[in-house]
Amino acid sequence: MNILAAESHNPLIPPISEIIVGAITFGILLLVLVKFVFPQMEKTFVARREAIEGGIERAETMQADAKAALEQYRAQLAEARTEAAQIRDAARADGQQIIEELRAQAQEESARIVARGEEQLASSRQQVLNELRGQIGTLAVELAGRVVGESLADDARRSGTVDRFLDDLDGMSAATAGDAR
Amino acid sequence: MTSSALALSGVLAANGEGFHAPTVEEFYPAPIASFSLLGLDFEITRITIIMWIATAAILALLVSAVRRPTIVPGRLQWLAESGYSVVRDGIARDVIGPKGLPFAPFLASLFFFILANNAMSIIPLAQISPNSKFAIPLVLALVCWVLYNWIGIREQGVGRYFKDAAIPPGVPAAALILVTPIELLQVFIIRPFTLAVRLFANMFAGHMLLAVFALGTSYLLFVGNFSVIFAPFSFLMALAMTFFELLVIVLQAYVFTVLMATYLSGAVEPAH
Repeated sequence: MNILAAESHNPLIPPISEIIVGAITFGILLLVLVKFVFPQMEKTFVARREAIEGGIERAETMQADAKAALEQYRAQLAEARTEAAQIRDAARADGQQIIEELRAQAQEESARIVARGEEQLASSRQQVLNELRGQIGTLAVELAGRVVGESLADDARRSGTVDRFLDDLDGMSAATAGDAR
Repeated sequence: MTSSALALSGVLAANGEGFHAPTVEEFYPAPIASFSLLGLDFEITRITIIMWIATAAILALLVSAVRRPTIVPGRLQWLAESGYSVVRDGIARDVIGPKGLPFAPFLASLFFFILANNAMSIIPLAQISPNSKFAIPLVLALVCWVLYNWIGIREQGVGRYFKDAAIPPGVPAAALILVTPIELLQVFIIRPFTLAVRLFANMFAGHMLLAVFALGTSYLLFVGNFSVIFAPFSFLMALAMTFFELLVIVLQAYVFTVLMATYLSGAVEPAH
């Protein structure tokens, strides 16, 4: 039985010296932890948060860059397509125009050729007509002189007679044309 | 003689003739060294050495954990940071609020000190917690008492702080006759006292329980009669109590810290 010895110690009344030793021990721990260890941990926490946030930020930037590149590529593609369509349209229009021009040119040319042909035709007809008129006159006079046996050298009368004859011829041909009609 | 430990030892002593039950003397080992300073007798005992070892160990652990901090923590760094985060986020921020973060280092120091010293109650060769000496919890409680009162005065002003402590808002004037003394007693005396006693009593009783079953096992083994068959039961109880003690070790460190955070919260924010 240690009851007597136990009575000398009351666990709820500690000696001052024990409190002092405890206080010093806790004080040293408090000093080291509060001044050094936990601030260091807080720094690590901040660094870690920044590293994570930085990583996320970097990823976001990269994603945005990729998106921008894609957009740019798409825009360029659309632009190229539009351009190609424009070029195609322009080429088509140009072709049409060239065809039109060529056609017009050809028509003009053919018209000109036709016109010149007609002109030549008319002029040679006139020429033939004039030659014929002269020759027919001479031939007719000669023929008439021979027929009637009289010289119709008198110019005035001769020309009057010839002209009358020709006019009659003309009238005859006209009447024939009119009958034919 | 009022101590429950004494009553326990008395009962056990009555039961067995030769069984020497653990007494309060468990907590007063012979001094290894002693000296006098300024009229005080200092005694360096086994328990003092255990406290120094526990404190040095937790310090060494935490210091080496943050010596070369990395963004991706190693195992030790992760462990230390997790411990700190529990107090910082789980206690300081959640109990006190955003204003609580500056107190996180103090609360965490408190937590780690109590945890390390409590752990000594089941660590082989030591097997007694310095916190089962009333002096140590008392020191912690006094430091807390000074801190939360000082913070209360600093944050709210002397008049406001003491007025709020003495006259809680929303209490009818007639009730103040009762409430004021209780409140004052509670804030300035009962709080630190219960804080210290809760931790001390838990560690004291825990050690007594473990000692009873450990001594009981060895006594039953060597008693020399049929009682030897009870030795395994005593041993199993000692084992079970060790696990229970592990729970108490962590829980009491946590409870002490949470309560201190609650007191700080009351000091930082005026009473509602």
